[in-house]
Amino acid sequence: MKKLTIAAVGLLLGTVSQPALAQSLIAGFASEPSSVDPLYHNLGPNNATRKHMFEALVGEDENLGIVPMLAESWETSEDGLTWTFKLREGVKFHDGGDFTARDFLYTACRIPNVPNSPSSMTGFIKRADTIEAPDDMTVQVTTPAPYPLLLTDFASFGVISASANGHDGPVTYSKDGCAGIDSYLDSSAYNDGTATIGTGPFKFVEFVPGERVVMARNDGYWGDAPHWEEITIRPITNEGARVAALLAGDVDVIEKPPVQDLERLQSDPNVNIVQGASSRVIYLHFDHEGEPSPMIEGTDGKNPLKDVRVRKAISLAIDRPLIVDRIMGGLAVPARQLVPDFMLGVDPAIALEEPNVEEAKRLLTEAGYPDGFTLTIGSPNDRYINDSKIAQAVAQMLTRAGIKTDVDAVTASVFFKRRNNYEFSLYLAGWGSSGAGMASPLRALVASQNKEKGLGGTNRGRYSNAELDAVIEEALATVEPEAHLALLQKANNMVVDDVAILPLHFEVTPWALKAGLTMTPRADQHTVLTTVRPAN
Amino acid sequence: MIAYLIRRFGQALLVMAVMATIVFFGLYAVGNPVDLLINPEADLAEQEETIRRLGLDKPIHIQFGYFLAGLTQGDLGTSFVHNRPALELILSRLPATLELAFMGILIAVILGIPLGMIAGLKPDAPYSRFIMAGSVVGFSTPNFWQGLMLIMLFAVFLGWLPAGGRGETVDVLGIPVSFLTWDGLSHLILPAVNVAIYKMSLVIRLTRAGTAEIVHQDYVKYARARGLSPRRVVGVHVLKNILIPVVTVLGLETGNVIAFAVVTETVFAWPGIGKLLIDSIGLLDRPVVVAYLMLTVFLFVMINLVVDIAYSALDPRVRVKRGKA
Repeated sequence: MKKLTIAAVGLLLGTVSQPALAQSLIAGFASEPSSVDPLYHNLGPNNATRKHMFEALVGEDENLGIVPMLAESWETSEDGLTWTFKLREGVKFHDGGDFTARDFLYTACRIPNVPNSPSSMTGFIKRADTIEAPDDMTVQVTTPAPYPLLLTDFASFGVISASANGHDGPVTYSKDGCAGIDSYLDSSAYNDGTATIGTGPFKFVEFVPGERVVMARNDGYWGDAPHWEEITIRPITNEGARVAALLAGDVDVIEKPPVQDLERLQSDPNVNIVQGASSRVIYLHFDHEGEPSPMIEGTDGKNPLKDVRVRKAISLAIDRPLIVDRIMGGLAVPARQLVPDFMLGVDPAIALEEPNVEEAKRLLTEAGYPDGFTLTIGSPNDRYINDSKIAQAVAQMLTRAGIKTDVDAVTASVFFKRRNNYEFSLYLAGWGSSGAGMASPLRALVASQNKEKGLGGTNRGRYSNAELDAVIEEALATVEPEAHLALLQKANNMVVDDVAILPLHFEVTPWALKAGLTMTPRADQHTVLTTVRPAN
Repeated sequence: MIAYLIRRFGQALLVMAVMATIVFFGLYAVGNPVDLLINPEADLAEQEETIRRLGLDKPIHIQFGYFLAGLTQGDLGTSFVHNRPALELILSRLPATLELAFMGILIAVILGIPLGMIAGLKPDAPYSRFIMAGSVVGFSTPNFWQGLMLIMLFAVFLGWLPAGGRGETVDVLGIPVSFLTWDGLSHLILPAVNVAIYKMSLVIRLTRAGTAEIVHQDYVKYARARGLSPRRVVGVHVLKNILIPVVTVLGLETGNVIAFAVVTETVFAWPGIGKLLIDSIGLLDRPVVVAYLMLTVFLFVMINLVVDIAYSALDPRVRVKRGKA
């Protein structure tokens, strides 16, 4: 009898403890992090995975606004050259060690020295001249010139533990290598878990490349306790398989459900779709330099895209709402500026353009091309949502306005090589802005290419406007927020007026979850499972 | 025999060298991995720094020289993406693929040979026609579609088996295998069936054709006349003689599954080398792709060798011929 009672109690407990079992979450990711080392590879899946285990000095909320994280508060000096960060008290690493300024300094030391990093985080610290720790809870940073984007930069990399990396004792940061540290751990020390010690809401459990990343709740977390006891990230690259895994109940949440299945998933009572605006703009960039331009014919060797009237005509000929509606299935927001409404640097006075084919034809005639010309658009076909279909639609719209347009859509690896060799006259690409807002696309896409100043890194249309460059450089050297914003807006207006680049739309990012779950969509398109929770 | 083996190894090395060269230069022509690996926010100086660090700033013939130099020391290069030696990376994924391939072949043989023999012995029976119709469907529908249908039926609709991934593994001699636990096995069944369907259809058709031809041979009639049991006639005299084409084809197909189970591994998110290859091609991770294809060539040559040796075990005439040569 007693045995029976015990069995009954056990059974009861079994049923009662069911919800505890349900506290593990499995997510299907579209691509896999190449490592769990937070400083090894500065790319989407790595950074998204990092956010669970490693925290940055300052954080970015879902709309990429700066919020306190490991630093509780900060201030800048009068001249804008010195930043003082007050660190949060009582933050512990997963191994129980205290988080102090020393760890931030060690992180900065390791960033340029991660062995074989395919895309390093060096850009995020190279503006800093000195990084010092006046005391354990203070970090002081100086820059040679005022630099307003320091917070965004410091929000972009996770802080690692000096002790877990085998370094005890004080750390002195120097731009040319930190004294007393001869070697740095390889990413493999992170992949096997020895050094994967952060301060984040989840602790590292296991990383099996190609299979899964497993993390467990950090019970000593300083912030809100995460809902899940254990989370697992599984890479499922094929989109059909990802949806099937969700429908079969293998995973609880997937990123990037295929656009063509979205309607069906939305009507499925077992699935909940969450979507949110992203900072990723899909744009067309013009060849501003080639004469003749490689993919234009019928202009006697001239490059018509150098004429602002032709660029305006192209912009007027494109019906952006139609593309959003018919090709993107509503999963996009038409654009005229380079960042969406909720980000820094947008000018609310700039309205969307009404498509007007007649006006486009008139402008073409005025510019000396009454019969138009022949043009080919370059586009990747596997990089952005519906990329080649968008290019096709644009081509048809331009053809209607008199510019006979073809599309040359190729796989991303080939596309980027050709784009970087300036083989296209007009190309379609995407840009996901960081928390810097308008400053991010301004300095990368339209500022003149300048290696020394770090400008124009992705300006493969070779747009060059000295006046605009001056405004951008001034904005990038103005720390005072209102003046910084005014300069961003000024530069933004110059870009729009000159049609330097042609924004088409902002992607809207969907996630599919098991019914009963919800999450907070992030504008940087990162899947952060900490925000997944039961919907009520 | 030893001279023969040495000759075969020599051929393998030659083919591997040619393959490595073609792939090395081919991938260089396709694009620059740094364009895909680097964060687009990186400025021009960082882009150049990364290109330099990965050794991609050197002229291609110099890069190839480094590659050859490494090769002489058994170093096939380090993955640009994963920062691990390419060969080690591939070998770490190999057990998953081998497991999948052998399970698939096993299913194909265990079901395919009996079904094919039934269809060959009684060609006009309704069930034989059914088997043959099934085999036509089996190898004429795309592998990819079959995989998705299997998932839809058994994972989504019936909910019996998981839709993908690799389940729990246990280490046997340091190699993780999944067929020893129920969780692992349940993850293995659907992808293995997906691999098996095409091979099984092939085996059925080969076995049926062989059986139909051989049952009319004089020695089969004679065996029957001697009063041997039908079981022995079919199980020994017929079976042994239809195995040669089946073994040849299965050998090649095994190589095919191991090297190119890309579709199945992608659909089922199976962490094998096929998925590694397709991801590496997408990212232009040249060291991995080159090492992979060299390994594949080696594998094919070895399988062909095993098949040839299996012939001589199955068919004494082959043995005799080789002895003369």
